[in-house]
Amino acid sequence: MKSRAGLPALLGALLLAVSAVAVAVDVEPLPTPELQQRFDELTHEFRCMQCQNQSIADSAVGLAADLRRDVREQVIAGKTDDEIRESMVARYGNVILFRPPFEKSTAWVWVLPVLLLLVGVYVAFRVVRQRAGMVAGDDSVVDQDEIKS
Amino acid sequence: MTRFIVPAAVFIALAGVLYVGVVHSPNKSTMQSALLGKTVPAFNLPVLGSPGMNLTNTQLAGRPWVLNVWGTWCVACREEHEQLLAISKQNALPLVGLNWKDEDDAAMDWLKQLGNPYSVVAVDRDGRAAINFGVYGAPETFFIDADGRVQYRHVGPMTPEVWEREFLSRIPRGALP
Repeated sequence: MKSRAGLPALLGALLLAVSAVAVAVDVEPLPTPELQQRFDELTHEFRCMQCQNQSIADSAVGLAADLRRDVREQVIAGKTDDEIRESMVARYGNVILFRPPFEKSTAWVWVLPVLLLLVGVYVAFRVVRQRAGMVAGDDSVVDQDEIKS
Repeated sequence: MTRFIVPAAVFIALAGVLYVGVVHSPNKSTMQSALLGKTVPAFNLPVLGSPGMNLTNTQLAGRPWVLNVWGTWCVACREEHEQLLAISKQNALPLVGLNWKDEDDAAMDWLKQLGNPYSVVAVDRDGRAAINFGVYGAPETFFIDADGRVQYRHVGPMTPEVWEREFLSRIPRGALP
């Protein structure tokens, strides 16, 4: 009984600890929940340039805090999401976006995974068809494999 | 034999792609500035050690100049300081300092102790000007041409080679003293 009561309490404590960390990054909330939501979404879109696999929302680095302040001020000033993204790209380049736009210089980022997937599907298709043919013909190679295993 | 050619080709292609990815990964010293060819961002900042005085981008227009972003908290800035002192002795380009997220007293002590290579130092206490320059780590050094356009950005400590190849070479012919 004791341990059953303890688990929710522990989870609750953990949740509190996690939310305390999240709040510690930016103490001052935005004036309205709508602005706060846009701020939260935008700050997750921008890369922290000093710790490149974190977003500026997650990073405790000073520059990330400065960029969050920049986003906050632009959101409050009435800039649209696209205007804010453009202002970030104008200063730091496409690399600051976790989801870069489709352009000549970034095309391979988008095209290559699809291309590799198609190659993989083609190779898998060929292998499956070859194996199917091998079983039907009762090839000696298959027999050898069976003896070993 | 042919059954090995396709996997081998795929492997080599993949290795090639990964190699390119590793070599061109956004290395701190190779990342190009997004400001190249664009007009220098407008700024109006207090001058270090001169209360009441401000430095603006328009005051610097008309001839090429160099902006060096530094702070006393920045280890690599200390590393490049000797090089900056040597550069300032050449008198080839005005070297403007941008004291980034620092404290005035610490910055002035630093220049007193190590020597002052700068023509003037602008104070960016809260880091807003640095963001507009796309700065992500000190030291960074920019070459700005006479038309006020950013022509080059070097990330990391300045070296004699980089100074000669990327900065001195951008001064228009005949402008050297």
